[in-house]
Amino acid sequence: MTTVHIPFMQTGTLAVGGRLLDLEERSVQSQADRPSSLTKGHRACQGCAEALAARWVMDTAVEESGGKLIVANATGCLEVFSTLYPESAWKPPWIHSLFANAAAVATGIASALRAQGRDDVRVLAQGGDGGTVDIGLAAVSGMFERNDDVLYVCYDNQGYMNTGVQRSSATPPTARTATTPAVGKAPGAPYGQGKSMPKIAMAHEIPYVATATVADLRDLESKVRTAMSMHGARYLHVLVPCPVGWGTSAAQSIALSRAAVESGIFPVLEARDGEIVATHPIRERVDVEEYLRPQARFAHLFKPGGEEGLERWRALAEANIRRFRLTEATP
Amino acid sequence: MSSHDAPPTHGLSTSPATSLAYHTGTWRTERPVYVELTPPCQLACPSGEDIRGWLGAAQEGAPGTEKAWRRIVNTNPFPAVMGRICYHPCQEGCNRGELDEEVGINAVERFLGDAALAAGWALPAPSAATGRRVLVVGSGPAGLSAAYHLRRMGHEVTVREAAAEPGGMMRYGIPAYRLPRDVLAAEIQRIVDIGVVIECSTRVTDLAQAQRDFDAVVLTVGAGIGHHVDIPAGAAAKIVDAIDVLRETAEGHPPMLGRKVAVYGGGNTAMDAARTAKRIGASDAVVVYRRTREQMPAHPTELEDAIGEGVRVQWLSTIAQVEGERLTIERMELDEDGRPHGTGEFEELDADAVVLAVGQDADLSLLEGATDISVNDGVVAVDEGTMMTGRPGVFAAGDVSPGSRTATYAIGRGHRAARAVDRFLAGLPMPAEPPAREATYARLNTWYYSDAPKQHRATLEAARRVTGFEEVMQGLDAEHAVFEARRCMSCGSCFECDNCFGMCPDDAIRKLGPGLKFEIDYDYCKGCGICANECPAGSIDMIPEIK
Repeated sequence: MTTVHIPFMQTGTLAVGGRLLDLEERSVQSQADRPSSLTKGHRACQGCAEALAARWVMDTAVEESGGKLIVANATGCLEVFSTLYPESAWKPPWIHSLFANAAAVATGIASALRAQGRDDVRVLAQGGDGGTVDIGLAAVSGMFERNDDVLYVCYDNQGYMNTGVQRSSATPPTARTATTPAVGKAPGAPYGQGKSMPKIAMAHEIPYVATATVADLRDLESKVRTAMSMHGARYLHVLVPCPVGWGTSAAQSIALSRAAVESGIFPVLEARDGEIVATHPIRERVDVEEYLRPQARFAHLFKPGGEEGLERWRALAEANIRRFRLTEATP
Repeated sequence: MSSHDAPPTHGLSTSPATSLAYHTGTWRTERPVYVELTPPCQLACPSGEDIRGWLGAAQEGAPGTEKAWRRIVNTNPFPAVMGRICYHPCQEGCNRGELDEEVGINAVERFLGDAALAAGWALPAPSAATGRRVLVVGSGPAGLSAAYHLRRMGHEVTVREAAAEPGGMMRYGIPAYRLPRDVLAAEIQRIVDIGVVIECSTRVTDLAQAQRDFDAVVLTVGAGIGHHVDIPAGAAAKIVDAIDVLRETAEGHPPMLGRKVAVYGGGNTAMDAARTAKRIGASDAVVVYRRTREQMPAHPTELEDAIGEGVRVQWLSTIAQVEGERLTIERMELDEDGRPHGTGEFEELDADAVVLAVGQDADLSLLEGATDISVNDGVVAVDEGTMMTGRPGVFAAGDVSPGSRTATYAIGRGHRAARAVDRFLAGLPMPAEPPAREATYARLNTWYYSDAPKQHRATLEAARRVTGFEEVMQGLDAEHAVFEARRCMSCGSCFECDNCFGMCPDDAIRKLGPGLKFEIDYDYCKGCGICANECPAGSIDMIPEIK
């Protein structure tokens, strides 16, 4: 894993920064003069992890590209809350076209730059799980398959949140959404549906695929740096808790991400050319309940009749831990 | 010209603008505010040291060492002494104890104290001279603490000491294997160097005269007289006071106690006496204590060290009679309230000498005839706030006054007495103290602290210990001291980890630079509370927004 080694400094690598660190050891987000690519005044809900992740990702990408970065954005929360006409909260050059075509627009930008003989400007595309896993999948898959020189970032909040919390193909089973109410014999989103976008990306055998969360800034920044050091199609999938859609307190977004990782529910990994090369080991294992209970969308799992659902979550976490060797340190 | 070529009209002609125009701060129902809470270590420290503050400076390594030491001597002029002998109640308070193991505060204090002695750093110079004169009677930790702080405030301070050398119990009570005398002498010399006059072999016998010669008097005469209990004893019985054994040993002429020594009592003095007895020739030292280990007032580390050196303890036992070299011991049992009662069962124990360590009394001879100064339970009564006795201008601190009989408590009370004298001389009341808000463990987000085992100090092997008065506990080296300091979680105070700044989804926190911490931009802060939730130190409160 491409994490930074830091000698014992009271907080190690888990905090954003620290006054004891040498300048070159500091994260981008700890710099007083960081780019803040997504600036103040955006209309994301309180505690929005997507807004946070987008700034983290883009600030690192801006630094790595020496400020020469073009961003294409799919329709979704991120686009809606950042660009209320005529205002924009984006500092880098940023374009939005349609829901489905962010990857295609980015491909076009990359091709145009190549046609102009410019290799100094880098291209990043981003969208939510709706624009990536559902509506934009064809364009994303095409971009992967052609190995276009684009870093595509999916901020996965597991549903269509700004339109009223409808289910997407990234919504996990049992989650209550507007379209999968918590009623009947199998309340919430059904089992056996949905897709794992990181696995789909890996199946394309593109140069780089990684997952990350807002619970580990250093890990996320190092993955963006790694991706930006490479060319061709690269994919980063970031879990971003949504207080409104998940029914959680705004203050918990980072704590929930942490619980997702530490319970084994969300494996944090890195793959090259379709092969997993590193997984992030669990530091302090917690039960899935720590992740699920604070979320109103899973409230029915903690009422009579919810036991089976809860056990299936435990089984999922166990399977992840086994498959991705989450309790073993990466050699 | 077709309509296609017409220039855009109405809203579509609006030029691009920035979201900065929109103040999301209006959404807020709660606002984050940075707070500075008092950490439990400081609340538990009888000297009132700003422990978190000096550990924070020590975390910087070599560049922070002097700064850290200066923050200690702001309250306590004896870091090298206290880094050795303090029972460190701060560490019992330390929140890190709930996470893995408490921070070795005492070890870091000693490291800083020794570093200062090695470097020859001077104590802070006194303020401008006030022309007021203060007499401190007694040069133990309370007296020297009071003298140091009074001198810093610009007063002329004279300390009069009945004994031949200054230090009080630090010199005559605490054995050299716990506190090497060169360390004590060096830290006292530093106080003399800023202008405190210490007159040894000078017993103060006339309080009224002292008050005529000085503007204020601080009594810190300690409790140096061994307390006595009535034990039926024959003429040949050798019974001595522990405090005398320790004093005579410290003076360089240890008493002859014989091969088998019984120490009666269960406090730290009993442990010191038993360990000293082993060092001055006893092959067998037995502590006779009437209660159980759980009830023993001696600090657990003292007991462990004593046992490690071969001292035996006879629990639930009292000495009923001493006849020559034979003791009669009565077995005790505890009642429901935990009080010991005799069982009527007796056994015998051989001992060449019995050392009494059943408490110490204050020498109050100076107060004879002073009817306006009341004495309760053998100690001088003082006003809790002003430390003043019943007579205006006469203050008391340390073992001669009420409270815990430890050096750290004495230093804290001496400091308080100095502040009180200063206010008295200025004709001002003591200022009100704002109530402290504790930085509790529950406020912390301990996820962010690195896993880090405590750095333990090496101790001398037991076999080598009992052969002399070489110091038992060794110090930490610089590397380990810095590591240990960095285990501090800075409870209740921002240590600039950048979490709030980096984790704000709304980019609404400004980083002001090294040492200047952060500022919240309330024009944009939506009040989500992530900063407060992810603050490792619990240094951010969310408070309701007042509309």
